[in-house]
Amino acid sequence: MSQTFHIPGQPITAYVQRIEIKKLREGSNLILGFSIGGGIDQDPGQNPFSEDKTDKGIYVTRVTPGGPAEDAGLIMGDKIMQVNGWDMTMVTHDQARKKLTKKSEDVVRLLVTRKSLEDAVRKSM
Amino acid sequence: MDTESTYSEYSHYSRGSRGSHRHSERSRERHSKTRSKDSSSRSEKAVTINAPPAEPLLGDQSTIQGEETQDDNWGETTTAVTGTSEHSLSQEDIVRITKDLEDSVGLGCRRYLALSVGIVLGLLVFITPLAFLVLPHLLWPERVKPCGTACEGLFISVAFKLLILLLATWALFLRPSRASMPRIFVFRALLALLVLLLVVSYWLFYGVRILDSQDENYQGIVQYAVSLVDALLFIHYLAIVLLELRQLQPCFSICVLRSTDGEIRHYNLGHLSIQRAAIAILEHYYKDFPVHNPALLTAAKSRAAKHLAGLKVYNVDGPGNNATAGQSRAMIAAAARRRDTSHNELYYEEADHERRVRKRKARLVVAVEEAFTHVRRMQEEELKKPPGEVMDPREAAQAIFPSMARALQKYLRTTRQQHLHSMESIQKHLAFCITNNMSPKAFLESYLTAGPTLQYGRERWMAGQWTLVSEASVTSNLRDGTVFTLKCIDFSLVITAKSIPYIKLSEEFIDPKSHKFVLRLQSETSVPRIL
Repeated sequence: MSQTFHIPGQPITAYVQRIEIKKLREGSNLILGFSIGGGIDQDPGQNPFSEDKTDKGIYVTRVTPGGPAEDAGLIMGDKIMQVNGWDMTMVTHDQARKKLTKKSEDVVRLLVTRKSLEDAVRKSM
Repeated sequence: MDTESTYSEYSHYSRGSRGSHRHSERSRERHSKTRSKDSSSRSEKAVTINAPPAEPLLGDQSTIQGEETQDDNWGETTTAVTGTSEHSLSQEDIVRITKDLEDSVGLGCRRYLALSVGIVLGLLVFITPLAFLVLPHLLWPERVKPCGTACEGLFISVAFKLLILLLATWALFLRPSRASMPRIFVFRALLALLVLLLVVSYWLFYGVRILDSQDENYQGIVQYAVSLVDALLFIHYLAIVLLELRQLQPCFSICVLRSTDGEIRHYNLGHLSIQRAAIAILEHYYKDFPVHNPALLTAAKSRAAKHLAGLKVYNVDGPGNNATAGQSRAMIAAAARRRDTSHNELYYEEADHERRVRKRKARLVVAVEEAFTHVRRMQEEELKKPPGEVMDPREAAQAIFPSMARALQKYLRTTRQQHLHSMESIQKHLAFCITNNMSPKAFLESYLTAGPTLQYGRERWMAGQWTLVSEASVTSNLRDGTVFTLKCIDFSLVITAKSIPYIKLSEEFIDPKSHKFVLRLQSETSVPRIL
């Protein structure tokens, strides 16, 4: 998979899974039920989930059990590539958070990737 | 990893504990989220935090729950650039503001006085020949003898010479002044006096010989006006020679030495007064000398303080008058005998600092190169991209700036340049480099080495704060051995003038045919004569 040891400037190719999360409405708040970490303004060496320690992408660090994210199939350690069409590989932490927590959207469609996806695709070929 | 994490670790621990506490709080009281908590979490984000050592695997994370989030950082967050020397900067600001207030009143008056004198003189000069020509026709029109083609030729020559004089005056005198000197500019004052004298004497003669006697010879009057214009043109020639040409030929070598860090530059100047030489030197200073950075001098000052604080001297013989002289000598002797290991500290500290700077520089170069690969110019056939993706240089700079911001800020802190660059200036420079297709190395050059003072913002220039300190009068000429000082707020430039050596060149003629060569043998073995 070209996600590991990515050469800057070259396009990233990855096998992704589409995950659609319907935000849960609790009073006036919309809840997604997961936490993110990472971003281009963060130190990538501290990321416990990435294989390539220079990867500055957005990773899922926690999934609250029973929340909308877990129901949709999000797993801890996933790397988020797109959110509703917006790219997540070259964004700051704040920008990623804003794209996920838009109040006007009830549903977020994510493209996520993980190492097990590639293995699964390779096994099925 | 980073050697400067001792203080910041503590701050991170306190913040970490607060964060996890708030975490559990939030899970229990979800309905009590308010905007203020959000803003407080965001203000916490502004604290500098370095890598925590053994953090639990998840660390602090950003929880997506509606609009309430906690800050995630893999232990490190970008911060706004705050200079550690802001305290001293604010004192400079106060000094500068008071000085500006004081100077602007006095200088404004002087400048306006000089300007008004110049305008009056200029008007006088241009109107006088025309007045000479027109007055006879106004005062005794019936008695003026008409003169033919000779007069017309003279009229044309007067017109063109006045036009040339107008253009030449505009070129030489009507330029925005680039400096204001403490005393009057002697040559200009002399020239103004000369012009005034000339015009007044011409008017005198005109009044006595022509107006009083009502001369009818109009051709003579016209020739009189033409001679005035010629004299004015010659005075303008004199002005060019005195003001512009005389100082061009260099005859002094000036050594400029900055008192705080010892930067030396040498320049060649011609015959100038001390104040004009000072202005010429300051113009060179702003483009040649690296910017004055007081943060680099603190190490030397602390070492000096340590030398002084080393010894205490007590007087055991009771109070006496000659105690002080004996005390200082005793201190010097004791300091000489003491085993001073500060040179050791200096050596290792400098080696350590050098290594740290190089490490940070390597990280910075890699981060910037990676950031630059993400931006490229849009090709023509991509015009149909959605407008959200097409960016102007400022937006492109803002998009890639966060990925290199941390590395750049750490490097600037290590080299103590962080107060010279603000976030906006860095982003503006990045947008400029992107617009002009520069490489990452070109973008970094202005941060790796300290540039001349003009490269930084206007508040570093302090162009209004220079004071000329001189033992000789500032309008006297430069001479061999002249020494004067230009003082700014916290440093000064010491200037020494030496005359350029008189070069005596002699000649030696070589005939081209005289170049003849033989081979030199390396080893000679004498062959015995065979009989």
